[in-house]
This record gives sequence, C-alpha cells and structure tokens, in this order.
Amino acid sequence: MPFIEPSAADGQTYDVIVVGSGAGGGQTAYTLTMDGARVLMLEAGRKYDPALEAPMFQTPELAPLREASTPDKPFGFYDATIDGGWQVPGEPYVQTSNDAPGRFDWWRARMLGGRTNHWGRISLRNGPYDFRPRSRDGLGFDWPISYEELAPYYDKVEMLIGVYGANDGLENTPDSPPGCLLPPPKPLVSDLLIADRSRKLGIPVIAGHRAVLTQPLDWKNTPAKLHPGNTTAQQIVADAMKRRAACLWATPCGRGCSVGANYQSVTVHLPPALASGKLDILTDSMAYEITLDKAGRANGVKYVDKRSGQQRQATARVVVLAASACESARILLNSKPSSFPNGVGNSSGKVGKYLMDTVGSAVDGQVPLLEDLPPHNEDGADGLHMYTPWWLYEDAGKLGFARGYHIEFGGGRRMPGIGTGAGLEWLTGGSYGRKFKEDVRRYYGSFVHFSGRGEMIPNERSYCEIDPVAKDKWGVPVLRFHWQWSEHETRQAAHMQKTFGQIIEAMGGRVRGGVETDGAKAIHTGGSIIHEVGGAIMGRDPKDSVTNKWCQTWDVANLFVTDGAPFPSNADKNPTLTIMANAWRVADHILARMRRKEI
Amino acid sequence: MDRRTTIKWVLAVAAVTPGMHGVAYGHAGAGSVAANAASGQGYGTDPNLTKIYKAGELWPLTFTSQHRHMAKVLCDLIIPADTSSPSASEVGVVDFIDEWISAPYEQQGRDRAVVLEGFAWLNREAASRYGARKSFAALAHEQHTAICDDICFAAKAKPRFLEAARFFARYRDLTAGGFYTTPQGRKDVRYVGNIPLPRFDGPPPEVLKKVGLG
Repeated sequence: MPFIEPSAADGQTYDVIVVGSGAGGGQTAYTLTMDGARVLMLEAGRKYDPALEAPMFQTPELAPLREASTPDKPFGFYDATIDGGWQVPGEPYVQTSNDAPGRFDWWRARMLGGRTNHWGRISLRNGPYDFRPRSRDGLGFDWPISYEELAPYYDKVEMLIGVYGANDGLENTPDSPPGCLLPPPKPLVSDLLIADRSRKLGIPVIAGHRAVLTQPLDWKNTPAKLHPGNTTAQQIVADAMKRRAACLWATPCGRGCSVGANYQSVTVHLPPALASGKLDILTDSMAYEITLDKAGRANGVKYVDKRSGQQRQATARVVVLAASACESARILLNSKPSSFPNGVGNSSGKVGKYLMDTVGSAVDGQVPLLEDLPPHNEDGADGLHMYTPWWLYEDAGKLGFARGYHIEFGGGRRMPGIGTGAGLEWLTGGSYGRKFKEDVRRYYGSFVHFSGRGEMIPNERSYCEIDPVAKDKWGVPVLRFHWQWSEHETRQAAHMQKTFGQIIEAMGGRVRGGVETDGAKAIHTGGSIIHEVGGAIMGRDPKDSVTNKWCQTWDVANLFVTDGAPFPSNADKNPTLTIMANAWRVADHILARMRRKEI
Repeated sequence: MDRRTTIKWVLAVAAVTPGMHGVAYGHAGAGSVAANAASGQGYGTDPNLTKIYKAGELWPLTFTSQHRHMAKVLCDLIIPADTSSPSASEVGVVDFIDEWISAPYEQQGRDRAVVLEGFAWLNREAASRYGARKSFAALAHEQHTAICDDICFAAKAKPRFLEAARFFARYRDLTAGGFYTTPQGRKDVRYVGNIPLPRFDGPPPEVLKKVGLG
C-alpha cells in the first residue's frame, strides 16, 4: 500500500486512522504497521522526499536574498519547511495579544513529515523527576506514568532512529543501556573551551544527544531487539536501516538529508511502514473533525481534500490524533456531535488547556582566544556536539524559580551567511575598507552562542480555544491563543542570562549587548521555541485530564492522542524523543487492545 | 548505503552540475505545489530549492544607472580589493543589494527606503562639501573617506550625521552579507567546509595548542 488518492480510501475500513505524519504520527504508524495493523495516514501538507528535494550543498549566493529569512521561509530559503512557518497562507490563527509577554506564536509545517524535517534533532530523554514534578515541588501535574514505564521505549526509539550521545551518569539525565546510542562527534574547539571554563564554574558539559548517524546503524542486530519474534518486521527494518548512510559531516540538517543520515519521519518512520504494505498515505488532506457512531465510538475522520476543496470522510476502527499539540486540540474542539457539544474529549473542559512551550533566552559573545585560528573544517554534525544538562537540582529552593534548564551552545567557523561581517561595530569601532576586511577575518569564527532551554510550568492562562469568528479558507474554525508566563519562567530566563554572561567572561570573552537582568525582557516569545505541548493532557482522573495514561480519551474509548498534546509537563528536555517513545508505547497498547477485540 | 558509496555518489552528482559546489538534485516536479503560489510577489512558501536564482528574475529591480554607480562606489569603499580577495562590486554585490532592496518583503522594504534615502543624502553632502555639481560617486577617494569617516560609527557620530550613520551601518552589513556569501568571500575568511568528509576529526593539534588546550 502506498500514497493514494482520496477516492482509493472511500469504502475502505482501516484498523487505524493516524492524523499527522511527524514524530508522533510517524512513530504511531510505524509501530502499528510493523505489527500488521492496516493504517491510513492523513497529512495536511504535500508529499515530500528529501532524496529529491533537499538542497544539501547549495551555497547562499545561489538562493534569493542570499538565503536570508523571509516571511515565506522564516528559517531561511534552504530550510526544509514547505508551506509552513509562523503563518500559513489561508490558515490563520488568532492571538489575544500582539505584545510579546502575552503572545503565542505558532509554527506549523504543512508537509509530509511535518516539523521533523526542520527540527534541531536534539534528542534528550526526560529523567525520572520529569514525570513527577508536582510530587517534588507541588506545582503543575505529575504524569500518570513513570520514567521506568517509558524507558524501554526510549531504548527502542534511540536504536531505530539513531541518536548519538554518551552516558554520563548525571542526576535526572538518564543513561541509555549499552547498544542504544551511537558515538558522539568530536567536540569543536569552541566546545572544548566552553567545557573547560564552564567546569571551572561548576557547570557540567557533556556530549550532546542528536538524531544523526555518526556511523551506520547496526542493521544486523538491532531489528531483533526492536521486534522480537516478528521476522517480517525485522527484515523490513534491516532493509530500511541499510539504506540510511552515516553523516557526511557537511550541510545543515534543517535542509533535510538526502542520504537519510539524520532523523526525519519521511526517511526513517515512513519507509518501513510503507514497505510493510499496511500503510496508505493521503497527503494534502486536512483532518478537521472526528466522527462518532451511535454508540459513541469514533468511526472515522472528516477531512478536506485540499486539491479539490472537497470535504470527505475516512473510516476506521480506531482514530489516533498526532496532528501537533495545538492542531489535535483544534480537531477535538471542532468535533461537536450532540453527545459532546463542547468537543469530543472535552468533558473535563481541559482540551486546549495547559499549553506549554519551552523557556528560551540567548546570549552571544566574542572570544579573543578563538580569533585567527588556523582554518579547519568545523561543520561537524551541524550542532550540539556538547551541551550542559541542568545542574542545580539541589539549589531548587534557593533560586526563585522551581524548574531547570539545559544549555545549548555553539561556535565555530561555519558557512558564512548573510550575517557574516554584520553588526561588528561594537568590536571594530565602525571600520570600513581594508581594515574592515581584516576585522572580518579576525572575528570570523570567534563568536559563541548560548541558548537556554528551560521548563515551563503549566498555568491556567496559557491555552488555546476555538475563535468564535475566524475560519480558515475551507471554513474550519481556527484557534485563538492566550499566553502568560509566570515568574518561574521569567526568573529562570534571567538566571540563564547571568550564567551565560559568566561563562563568556570566564572564556575571556565579551558579551554582545550585555546580559539582560529583567527576565520578562530576556525570555523569548511563547511558542517561539516550537516545543509546544499540552492541550489534551493525560492524567489519572477524568475530571481534570483529557486522556488516561494510555493517551486514550476518557470520553471515547477508541480515540487516542500521540503527539505532544498529552504531556502534563514540559521538561527542559526537547520534547520530540519523548513524543516518539510515548507514541510507540501507546501504539503497542492499541495493538494489544485490538487483539483482545476491546477496541 | 555505506559512507564511502555515499560520498562517491554525492561527488559524482556534483561533478555533473556546472557552477555548483555540491549537489543539485532534481525538484519534485509536476506533482508538487506550484512555486510562488502563496504570498503574491514573493517566492512563496514552496519555492524550488534546487534551482539557481539570479537577481531580477523573481521581482523587478530598482537601481538606475546612477544608483548602480553609487552602489558600486560605496560597496568598494567598504570592501575594496586587497591581496586576499576582489572588491565587493567585482563579485556581484551591487546586483545583490539591488535584489535585496527590491524584494517584496517588509524588512527589505524598510532597507529600500534606508538605502535610497542614504544615497540621496550622500549626494547632498557631497554637493554641500565639495561644490554644487558634485555627486558622491564623482568625488576623489580622500573626499569619500572624509564623509565616510563621519558616518561609519553610529555610536560616536555627531547628531547631524546620526541618520546617515545608521544608513551606512545597514549598507555595510548588506555589502558584507553579499560579499562573504560568494566563493571569493568564503575563501577570504578561509572557510573550508561544505564538503563531504569520510570522518570528522575535530580540531587539529595546532588549534588546541593555540587556545591553551593542547
């Protein structure tokens, strides 16, 4: 089974409809089809294949505007995102505030593979504390599952997609069992200098974890660990692993990887799922409503065929939403049969609630020690060869904010871009002419960048709902966002600023523009880190959560959510790896219940 | 596919692609959504990423011949030829700046006003300092630098030069962005990446030694 036209799905009853093709949808469809379930995947965007389209080695002068960011391509011309960005033409959303402190910006990618195509591939496990934050400090919500319940799935996801990293035995920063991780890339000189000076300040620096193949996957041994007893699946996965090449140590991952060296749903999850013969994919098909039968069970999904503009319906025994946290909430809220006038899954009133992003704040610096270094290739794996996990768990009561952050940093002699040589006045005193050229040579490669990525605590004032008026171009009501940070987040952002300034100074460097002591100014806009989770949180009680621990809606037994929406908290760890591990866990559960004929 | 095979394949593809440093794969073709569909005059949200674009083919350009002359003089005052590399205008930066200020996007629209007003200011300043018929472009090098010295650093500029200094800073940023994104500019800063490697070795010993970590 393959990519199909809408008419080919008519009259068929699938085992499962999966809405979305990104990290959650890709993993869900993979797990289900490897065990023989017939799956229909609905993707709102177009088909995409990086082997044909990724502009891997293109240089900026070949692109319009030297590859600079524009509203059409906010992450630059060569970014893999198609028909996406902060705004999607014809598909608006409403912000209740235009000012940064109360604004939520929503990044979407309407394409096969969704946001897995452009993401940073940073793949960190949540730690044991991250599943019981409320038990530790009384804030937010505990997860209805523990680290131990999810750990086997983290193992499997790491082995399947390929994640580099190392085991450092640090608090709440889990080690992986032997055979899960690929070796980390060698650090850049800027990494080593940052590590050396950070450690002198008591700040740990360890190998980064990213979904990039630093060596070929172990296709001989891994498939049997992923699918014990299932020789068909093992063969399919082995073949898929063989087709992925190891990293070429060049070109940004965010452009897409035509040799499959990084994780994109389209190169890792979907090929084996398609090879199983059990997956049909409908692209350009935007799901907007879940339909229920007379018994109150989900029996399908209504969608817009974007090419014809027609509204159509697909049917299945089970429906899984993985459309992205906010889009899944939108679909639930727009599904309003008479039995659920406030939206399917929304009997608790919690759909759309407890929307979270990651706390972000950044500082740049210039380091004289890194000036005029002998030229050498620093492209590496494109990012995060090393990083700093949160290190102040013991000080939690003294910091003025409850939760921690990790530090992503970088430097190096990377491909010059539109910003090379720009904004140097603070160093050069405004040089031009031959002196300017000498200055650019001197400073190129001497900059370091620090970004904090911290945990936001869910609150009552950060949520999305259906706007009473606005609709998209197909007439489907759109989301309206409300946003507010608490002092836990703004104080954390101020702490990031102070810490990054200290590290840069310890390197003998200068901070560009100075550190920002006001956390409300230092914190990035809500949504801008593109780590939004929540909106259909899982819990133990139907009164205050949308799903149970199996991400099965309390309202409808055969309706599940496997993207970031069920997250009851948003640890500092980037959410994608956890989305995948959780989706695998939920898909296993769905398979078991289907086998028992419970759904 | 093992890494060696991959690299051979990548290099083979690069070799048959004229004017490219790396790989140009075919676009998705007829099945994909039409480029330039979404946002009017821009390149849209689904442009062909593997095509080579030239200034002027996506939107009409702005510069008159007088503008071009001014732009060239200013580009080369900022980035002149030296023993390492050619001047900015020699590698197409005037075309790039014209493309930039002509683009139908908000940021570029703001820069368009800044650049064109800056050009006009430079001509007025040239005339007031060196005689009514002088254009900035026609001045001698010492006269150019006399004016540029007054506007090259906004933080220290006299109040009456502040706006011109902001223009100069923006123009210098655009000139640098245009220059260092060319093959000659990459060579000037000795960027040696964007090539497939069989392995990544990290910094060589002399680099570590230089920063005191050797």
